[in-house]
Amino acid sequence: MAFYSKNPRNIINNLKSKVGLWSLMKQSHGTCSYSSCLNTIHLHRFLPLTTLPQFTNPDSISHKKGHFPHFQRFQSTTTEKQIDSVPNGEQSQVLDFPGGKVVFSPEMRFLSESPSVYSQCYRVLDDNGQLISHSNFVPVSEEVAVKMYSNMVTLQTLDTIFYEAQRQGRISFYVTSIGEEAINIASAAALTSDDIVFPQYREPGVLLWRGFTLQEFANQCFGNKADYGKGRQMPIHYGSNKLNYFTVASTIATQIPHAVGAAYSLKMDKKDACAVTYFGDGGTSEGDFHAAMNFAAVTESPVIFICRNNGWAISTPTSDQFRSDGIAVRGQAYGVRSIRVDGNDALAMYSAVHSARHMAVNEHRPILIEAVTYRVGHHSTSDDSTKYRPANEIEWWRMARDPVTRFRKWIEINGWWGSEAESQLRSSIRSQLLHAIQIAERAEKPPVNDLFTDVYDNIPSNLREQEKLLKETINRHPKDYPADVPI
Amino acid sequence: MLGIVRQKMLEQSLKKIPPAVSVLRSYSSAAKQMTIRDALNSALDEEMSADSKVFLMGEEVGEYQGAYKITKGLLDKYGPERVLDTPITEAGFTGVAVGAAYYGVKPVVEFMTFNFSMQAIDHIINSAAKTNYMSSGQISVPIVFRGPNGAAAGVGAQHSQCYAAWYASCPGLKVLAPYSSEDARGLLKAAIRDPDPVVFLENELLYGESFPVSDEVLDSSFCLPIGKAKIERKGKDVTIAAYSKMVGYALKAAETLEKDGIDAEVINLRSIRPLDRSMINASVRKTSRLVTVEEAFPQHGVGAEICASIVEESFAYLDAPVERIAGADVPMPYAANLERMAVPQVEDIVRAAKRTCYRSVS
Repeated sequence: MAFYSKNPRNIINNLKSKVGLWSLMKQSHGTCSYSSCLNTIHLHRFLPLTTLPQFTNPDSISHKKGHFPHFQRFQSTTTEKQIDSVPNGEQSQVLDFPGGKVVFSPEMRFLSESPSVYSQCYRVLDDNGQLISHSNFVPVSEEVAVKMYSNMVTLQTLDTIFYEAQRQGRISFYVTSIGEEAINIASAAALTSDDIVFPQYREPGVLLWRGFTLQEFANQCFGNKADYGKGRQMPIHYGSNKLNYFTVASTIATQIPHAVGAAYSLKMDKKDACAVTYFGDGGTSEGDFHAAMNFAAVTESPVIFICRNNGWAISTPTSDQFRSDGIAVRGQAYGVRSIRVDGNDALAMYSAVHSARHMAVNEHRPILIEAVTYRVGHHSTSDDSTKYRPANEIEWWRMARDPVTRFRKWIEINGWWGSEAESQLRSSIRSQLLHAIQIAERAEKPPVNDLFTDVYDNIPSNLREQEKLLKETINRHPKDYPADVPI
Repeated sequence: MLGIVRQKMLEQSLKKIPPAVSVLRSYSSAAKQMTIRDALNSALDEEMSADSKVFLMGEEVGEYQGAYKITKGLLDKYGPERVLDTPITEAGFTGVAVGAAYYGVKPVVEFMTFNFSMQAIDHIINSAAKTNYMSSGQISVPIVFRGPNGAAAGVGAQHSQCYAAWYASCPGLKVLAPYSSEDARGLLKAAIRDPDPVVFLENELLYGESFPVSDEVLDSSFCLPIGKAKIERKGKDVTIAAYSKMVGYALKAAETLEKDGIDAEVINLRSIRPLDRSMINASVRKTSRLVTVEEAFPQHGVGAEICASIVEESFAYLDAPVERIAGADVPMPYAANLERMAVPQVEDIVRAAKRTCYRSVS
């Protein structure tokens, strides 16, 4: 992926070299005619966004009418699938195959492994936060825009302070989302509270938007008595039933098929809601990603797949992760509508997720969104990314491409924000956070009987026995156990 | 290639069941007979009818009527939304089913055999078993994983392993292994109604076996408690504990032993996790001798766990070392003569019981 080469300013040069490849292809294959090469480009069907909202793709395969969840049973002879137009106007024969009508061709043509041009990336605000002319986007009110911005700032501050707390030894572990604030907040803002979220672990902003308080974040990280997780999980493994945000698990990409299952159930229940799942570029290599995408398409489930393509999976750059042109192109391979968005453009993210949700819920289809961004922070507090990438690359993305600053410029242009409000917000958040951490740190740890509950719905007799034995042992040998752990 | 093997398995299930496994018993009362297949099918049917949240998922469960015809007729009755034919991806459909369970519906996932569940085991353990605990009770997973487990006939190494010990070692899961039609009905209903994830281990060779069922068993509200074993045959000289198909073998062994004056007590475990330790211990305290029987590999198996439990709680009552009868410690061979040597036979159980009684085995 040229975007993440060592010198980001050489993107144009890299692009040129890829385009050169196309003409090379033309020359090297003797039998490859111009039109046949063109056909490989036609593999990418773009939903024209000339007039919003336009949610139906006239080119898409549709064999289902209405919103009832019909399933196409095995009817091999009748198929209403549309196919690519017959190339070159050849009088080709057609095979009625169980999957559809297959057009024959005497020309041996391999589908290219890469497109001659990268799939386009949807963006609405330029690097200076100015609206690009002729852009299509879903408008946001001043209230929503300011709330989005405040949340982005809060997320940024939350990350910075908790990271410092880990470095000071006050919490054991932390994962930042620096650089991905727009993805977190803008996507959350475009969803409703009924939409069920299945996160990876770099999306605390979605929880923040929905109302998880700074104190609740702190409680989980410190694993104290007030933690909803009862101290059972590492920091950043937040979850909230109330806010429809499923508890973070450490396993990569397992949440993707979970989201499909929940989406299918939402459809069965005829709810006006969808499932949304987030994952990184690395997560798309997992088998679960492929199975889930396939399943979502086959079961026509209302699920939104949001891939945060931030260029790095710990130390693995995307060039070592996959050879496809990013993630969005894979959608078509599974029969899933997809789009690539500038993940650092909050307005574009908002619009894309908003439209995706509408399609998912009303048309019962999965949507794949590839949000292109950069992981400014280290993978986690157990990582030092300067070991595998240049420090100046990190700095460039942190400063020149900061999504928070970019959005701030836009709301300032609209007259909705100023430097007074900025400094007030930042100092207020900072003091709230430090206060929350103080309280969380001093709070009691969870009691010992929280060790044994929730393994099953009802505590089984053997665990009750073990709990009794443990308490007796602690009482008999108090010196061997920490004094501050309540029983 | 997998398709060819699976097809072969389907042919096997339609073959006649070898006589060694037959455990048809005749009762003087005119009790109704029911095959395991019908028992499972009726249990699924009744639970789906009673609760609209229950739905089935798996390969070939719908149009094909089930790889072993367990889900026969259910697609026609409940429609494609509730009986879902899935693409071939165990990892995929298990993950999808777990997600649906998180949401609050009750999926019953069929694995064509539990050997294929290994491809989905991350979702079974990490996404299903541990989630209630990791989420502190916020997310419950009312899911059932069912399918044939253990050795069939002539299906080779990759289709014959028993997974009872693997799943039973994991906290958060419940593991059931029915033997008779009464077990099949009662335990499957209990599993579907249970809010925790349940692994339900059936046996392919038992599907066609008939067992007598009372009117109580046939009632749609019938349910067996999870975690309770059953004494299939009362005795006083030696306890034989087994699960699934081996219960039938143990009962045959008991008949043979009776002729030699040894009165064996046969326990049908029914539930591997939670294990009914109190019943097994009570029985051993009565008989002072124990033989455990399983078709699975011996190391770290169910028999090993039972043995440990007895040694921990009833050591003083033992009059002889515990005998463990298990499958041979080799991947299951294919040739019929070798396969026969690799799984326990009735004679092995008889000899083991005699050894615990310090009787000559010749």
